[in-house]
Amino acid sequence: MKFIDEFRNKEIAEGLIQRIQKISTRPIQLMEVCGTHTVSIFRYGIRGILPEQIQLISGPGCPVCVTPNGDIDLAIALSRQKDVIITTFGDMMRVPGSTSSLQKEKADGRDIRIIYSSLEALKIAKEHLDKKVVFLAIGFETTSPTIAVAILRAKEEGLHNLFFLNSQKRVPPALIALLQSKHVRIDGFILPGHVSTIIGTDPYQFIAKEFGRPAVVTGFEPLDILQGIWMLVKQIEENRATVEIQYRRVVHEEGNPIALSKIDEVFEKDESRWRGLGLIPDSGYRFKESYKEMDVRNLEVEVEPPKEHPECLCGEVLQGIKSPLECRLFKKICHPENPIGPCMVSIEGTCFTYFKFQ
Amino acid sequence: MSGEKILLAHGSGGKLSHDLIKQIFLPQLANPILEPLDDSAEIMNREGHLAFTTDSYVVNPIFFPGGDIGKLAVCGTVNDLSMIGATPSYLSLSLIVEEGFSIDLLKQIVSSIHEVAEQAGVNIVTGDTKVVEHGAADQLFINTAGIGWIRSGVNLSGVNAKTGDKILLSGHLGDHEMAVLSQREGFKFQSELKSDCAPLNDLVRKMLNACPSIRCMRDPTRGGLATTLNEIASMSNVGIVIEEEKVPVRESVRGISELLGLDPLYLANEGKLIAICPPNEEEHLLDVMRDHPLGRDAEIIGKVTEENRKRVILHTLIGGHRILDMLTGGQYPRIC
Amino acid sequence: MCLGIPGKVVEIEKNVAKVDVGGFLRDISLDLCPDVSIGEYVLIHTGFAIQKVDEKEAEETLDLLKKMAEAI
Repeated sequence: MKFIDEFRNKEIAEGLIQRIQKISTRPIQLMEVCGTHTVSIFRYGIRGILPEQIQLISGPGCPVCVTPNGDIDLAIALSRQKDVIITTFGDMMRVPGSTSSLQKEKADGRDIRIIYSSLEALKIAKEHLDKKVVFLAIGFETTSPTIAVAILRAKEEGLHNLFFLNSQKRVPPALIALLQSKHVRIDGFILPGHVSTIIGTDPYQFIAKEFGRPAVVTGFEPLDILQGIWMLVKQIEENRATVEIQYRRVVHEEGNPIALSKIDEVFEKDESRWRGLGLIPDSGYRFKESYKEMDVRNLEVEVEPPKEHPECLCGEVLQGIKSPLECRLFKKICHPENPIGPCMVSIEGTCFTYFKFQ
Repeated sequence: MSGEKILLAHGSGGKLSHDLIKQIFLPQLANPILEPLDDSAEIMNREGHLAFTTDSYVVNPIFFPGGDIGKLAVCGTVNDLSMIGATPSYLSLSLIVEEGFSIDLLKQIVSSIHEVAEQAGVNIVTGDTKVVEHGAADQLFINTAGIGWIRSGVNLSGVNAKTGDKILLSGHLGDHEMAVLSQREGFKFQSELKSDCAPLNDLVRKMLNACPSIRCMRDPTRGGLATTLNEIASMSNVGIVIEEEKVPVRESVRGISELLGLDPLYLANEGKLIAICPPNEEEHLLDVMRDHPLGRDAEIIGKVTEENRKRVILHTLIGGHRILDMLTGGQYPRIC
Repeated sequence: MCLGIPGKVVEIEKNVAKVDVGGFLRDISLDLCPDVSIGEYVLIHTGFAIQKVDEKEAEETLDLLKKMAEAI
């Protein structure tokens, strides 16, 4: 497949590893923010072929992992209403809420449907005008424009039965929170390639300018990741700190202005709760006035008070402070068939990837 | 009977049941053992070990590119018998039909069953049909059981793998599951992706003729290649190493997998097998497989090791490695 | 946190493109990336094209990587 296979070439990968080995003189910790990077790194076994002094830690860029229990509980409560159809991306099905999950509710007969695109929620709403169709809007800036488009279309077409459970998150504010935390030691950032196709590189400048760390916007194929790591190591060894783009074939400094304008039409920035990281300013969205009627939180629903397992370490794992191996529940009680926290559910969740690939 | 629907009475054992047998099943599946239509089939005993297997089929949708639930039912049981080194001989065929099911569609499915049974050289010798109320079953469920005598001189089992053995795969992974998924979801292709559903007994026969010392054969159905290899590694208490670049996957299957976030190593296949053979026999076995229409794309994909017992390790495309675990909880398509 | 796959545009009708990913055809919305022609590649995420793939940049990146690998 074009633009994929060429970036999985073995000989070039071996050459890049040698290059990295040549210039690396000191132990460093690089954070790969994005869950899709976590998966790619494990899938190709990249940790095992990097020089030992380069440590990769996984960050909180897994939208499923950072969704608070309360949001899942709300989705579950809605699904139990007779006239509601829940539409969601597959990622959310197994995430445990306080006492249940969407997968369990579906088994109990609730109308919960997996879709591949926000536009399918629109289609289902049109086909079921007698029901309320709720779309679980999770994701980062890569997905937000697609959600905005669905909202704009619904409004244009006068659809009154489509609602959105807004659980979207924004990456740069989370990075600020991490950099401000005393527990986290990061020498450089592997920045999310696809989020950056939308937001460009301006939103990351503070990493270099205020915090003096290098950051490289990186693609997801093995050669992309290796080149991105090489670029970071080079900056660190040369005591430089700038934001660079490795993933030049789809990321431009200005991002995607059309996509950004769609988000802007529908949403404005708002504080948002991240599981494990708490409330982070500007890290989410709220609906603008003219679109508020599609916010599902306007509907009357009784939701159970949120509960998290007291020993679940997802919070610290998400910040890269602890590894899953340090969690008392890991593998003993918490495993993919019985996940206690979202880090074990999401295929990008750090705990899941440790369980499967370690 | 054409154009009509199945009624509850078709399953009650009375006149309509007999009509169903006489007009739909017997014309297509007739053979001397079935024809008496006694409560049980009478089979002449033979020397040797008898293999016995059963499976139920609940696939949705019941028709998909490359096959249907009937073809699947016969192939699945023929293949289970073949994997243990048995020559598949006799099958039972039980149907649970939802009231209102189209008789024309039923005829089509029985026709499929007939066609593939003939191709595989097996006979359906006993059967049953029950009808349940509308809503109590999803259109049609099938159960087949099968027997066959195990070839002498052959000992195939998941406990037999030994250090140094080589692992062969007969062809592309994921065709069946993707064909079914694409039918269900309405996915489109440049050239149609078909299920690989096929009876493997002829291929197995030729492989065992060429290499009677094959240790083990398995067909990677639900859970895919990764799950099957884990079963063997566990049963034989050995390690397994697979080379990612050797594992064949069609481009279209890779395309959907990448797009939906699914892993071909965990997708179901219905016309593929893996074989574990002693060292130095793999090249010859590979030639024999590639000589057969169902093994044209066969590859030697890995080997059995002393280290990492009970684990399956994948050497990745770029020279790294990762552990291939069993499938847990099914794959959902993802956006992240 | 986002699966994005490159695909080739084979047909366009208004704001929907038929995109080929390894032989698998998908209808993709061009709402976020309208300026596309047949034969070009786009990056697909949840049924939308979110950016064009710049073939020249891709080639340059690969060339650079090849040189880096050889120079060892």
